[in-house]
Amino acid sequence: MIRDITIGQHFPGNSLVHRFDPRMKLVLTIAYIAVLFAASNPLGLALSVVFLGAMYGVARIPLKMILRSLKPILPIILFTAVLNIFFVSGEGAPLFQWGVISIYAEGVKYAAVMAVRVAALIAGSSLLTYTTSPIVLTDAIEALLRPLNRLHFPVHELAMMMSIALRFIPTLIEETDKIMNAQKARGAMLDTGKLTDRVKALVPVLIPLFISAFRRADELAMAMECRCYRGGEGRTRLKVLRCCGQDYIDLAFCILCFGVILASRLVFPDF
Amino acid sequence: MASIIKVEDLSYVYNPGMPGAVTALEHVSFEVEEGDFVGIIGATGSGKSTLIGHMNGLNRPTSGRIVIDGRDVWADPSKIRDFRFLTGLVFQYPEYQLFEETCYKDIAFGPKNMGLDEQEVDRRVREAARFVGLDEALLDRSPFELSGGQKRRVAVAGVMAMEPRILVLDEPAAGLDPEGRDSILSAIKRYHKDTGTTVLLVSHSMEDIARYADKVLVMAAKHVAMYDTVENVFARAQELLALGLSVPQVTKIFLKLRQMGIDVPADVYTIPYAVKKIVEAKARHDAGESLELPRPAGAPQPKQPERQEGGAAE
Amino acid sequence: MNEMILEAKDLHFRYDPDGSAWALDGVTTRVRRGEFVAVLGANGCGKSTLAKHFNAILLPEQGAVTVEGMDTADDDKLYDIRQKVGMVFQNPDNQIVATVVEEDVAFALENLGVPTPEMRRRIDDAMKMTGIYELRHRAPHNLSGGQKQRVAIAGIVAMSPDCIVLDEATAMLDPRGREQVMQTIHRLNRDMGITVVAITHYMEEAARADRVIVMSRGRIVMEGTPTEVFSRTEEVRALHLDVPQAAELRDELVKAGIPMSEGIIDPGACAQALYELLK
Repeated sequence: MIRDITIGQHFPGNSLVHRFDPRMKLVLTIAYIAVLFAASNPLGLALSVVFLGAMYGVARIPLKMILRSLKPILPIILFTAVLNIFFVSGEGAPLFQWGVISIYAEGVKYAAVMAVRVAALIAGSSLLTYTTSPIVLTDAIEALLRPLNRLHFPVHELAMMMSIALRFIPTLIEETDKIMNAQKARGAMLDTGKLTDRVKALVPVLIPLFISAFRRADELAMAMECRCYRGGEGRTRLKVLRCCGQDYIDLAFCILCFGVILASRLVFPDF
Repeated sequence: MASIIKVEDLSYVYNPGMPGAVTALEHVSFEVEEGDFVGIIGATGSGKSTLIGHMNGLNRPTSGRIVIDGRDVWADPSKIRDFRFLTGLVFQYPEYQLFEETCYKDIAFGPKNMGLDEQEVDRRVREAARFVGLDEALLDRSPFELSGGQKRRVAVAGVMAMEPRILVLDEPAAGLDPEGRDSILSAIKRYHKDTGTTVLLVSHSMEDIARYADKVLVMAAKHVAMYDTVENVFARAQELLALGLSVPQVTKIFLKLRQMGIDVPADVYTIPYAVKKIVEAKARHDAGESLELPRPAGAPQPKQPERQEGGAAE
Repeated sequence: MNEMILEAKDLHFRYDPDGSAWALDGVTTRVRRGEFVAVLGANGCGKSTLAKHFNAILLPEQGAVTVEGMDTADDDKLYDIRQKVGMVFQNPDNQIVATVVEEDVAFALENLGVPTPEMRRRIDDAMKMTGIYELRHRAPHNLSGGQKQRVAIAGIVAMSPDCIVLDEATAMLDPRGREQVMQTIHRLNRDMGITVVAITHYMEEAARADRVIVMSRGRIVMEGTPTEVFSRTEEVRALHLDVPQAAELRDELVKAGIPMSEGIIDPGACAQALYELLK
């Protein structure tokens, strides 16, 4: 169901990963994605997955959550995997041949690598949002983008918009669920019928959802003004980002891990 | 009379088999006769909302079954849509489901999904609008221009227009002012009387239940705690209070009087009946009769009530 | 201590400046420091419009509103007024900005530029005062309606306001949530001396206030203690409002020829009077 969508949700906790400086976490997540693409050998990829698994373990986020976050993009993963299996040709004899279709070992290998890479990419970026409260995350983005302020780029506004969007994701998901049930109760074919019917049936869900989102935006703006919101100038923070010794140790550890993964590609390019 | 709803040993678990599994209903059984007006009360989390979601097949029982009009709802899952029309379900704040350009089109959404011809749809839309007291002139207006109370009535009409055999409403008066509340609830009562439709009404307001329902189903901690006529349920005021529910204020007054040792009936829940009973008691009192409650062993008086004590938790 | 905290003088307001419909049509009222005032009325009577004038969300078209002597039309005083008069709205979801309870409670203080150590102390106090301290690391969307509303109240309390205006803050809650919020508000009023203006259409909530203002069609039509107001059952009902069943029963008994004293509006007093009659 729609409630299974967990991308962008935060799971409060107090683990090492949760407490890690968000700016470093953000930069490291981006670095991790880069590593996933740079380390294209299976061994490097396997090490990357092990690293991510270890991070999830430290953060004490149940495995179930990874699976849930992967569910919505499963079709994409499968689709690219299938494409790769069929269309990548190799040098040796094909593993399987039937008419024009031939499957090569390289194709299977490449498909597997691709699938694991995309899955790790999603799971890796999910870990960032799971362990970092959106407000802290937007603080981190704000801090990292601050140099752009000189170019009159609205850094604070951007960060605020992002954090509010994240705050309202679960609320709107819940609301979508309610509206879908209400329309199903009036016979809307949301879970049965042909695909075209189902797409058409989304109109009665989307219109109320948009109207409600606008109403919420209106009310939220008023509530924020009542709490003296007036933009980024002169604002202080409950949680001030400050790196401590532990953060540098964590950072060094991660850089070391990434280094090992990248080195594995250079040392064992064929594995 | 035949039961139109039969709930047999129904249990429901959210996310079964997962670490986060939550049991919402446990071994719930009851029957509703055709034409009844049943009030459903229970604290938040008692399972009321989950229960009504079963009535039209939105929720599928984890175990047990639910039989509507003699048919097991989940005997053939491909026929589940039949039950959406057999049981009309009005959710909380139903005005948030409005989406059409005009009230007319919105009310017609359900009947059209049933595949009815235009003439029949038209008849049903107008009749439903009449039942909820919606002016014909409003039918061509956009539902988004209406007041909160009017929007609510359009949404309820949208379900009534499907002419379901059973109408289930989850707090149809939530958030309305007293006038809006009375208007929507009396429309539902009128619809019930005129069409003979079975009505299940979920409400937090004991006064509303007392005023409109014939029977009351009390849900507590995933179970059916009581299921009886209104007077029999409210006569058990102390048990209701112990379940964290309230009772109508007039019932509370009579409960207090009994705790003070005055012999008045316990099953009072409306003002006219209360007046009648007080007038009778006064006549007996004036005739010199003692109104002291007898307190033999095993009497329903659990403790020696003190005058100042006031009794039950509010 | 007879100082006025809120004053509205001949207040006129309409949403459509060219229309003829006045949402507020000459409202004059005053709220004393430390008072608990309930504003009761049917939908569309102007009670929420009045509430929104008390912290300068809306500005009067005619007349004036002053908060501790500051005119709400004075732009320079805007943030002083909003810090003095906090506002809690109806929908608990639409006033929570942050994804962690304590961060939301801190939102106003962040906006006001309060230094971090002081902020920490003030939000901890505010969360303890409203009974949500245990929930401080939770995500607001997982809380019950009553808990969410108390998060919103804590966010206001942290600003250390002199007055809290509740704009139908309990309308979307179940009875338990409503009771939690009302108890919290009464405690703030009693223990911290915060003035409370509660806009509501629940008669039960108004019955617990120090003073009740009843509005209809943009005007104040009744005013007094709950007993004074709710004893006038016919008038209250004519305004499409509820009267306590105790008051209704008392009236019906009098009509049936049974002597009952005036000013009975709660079950305890009603039962006591009947006991005196029948013992």
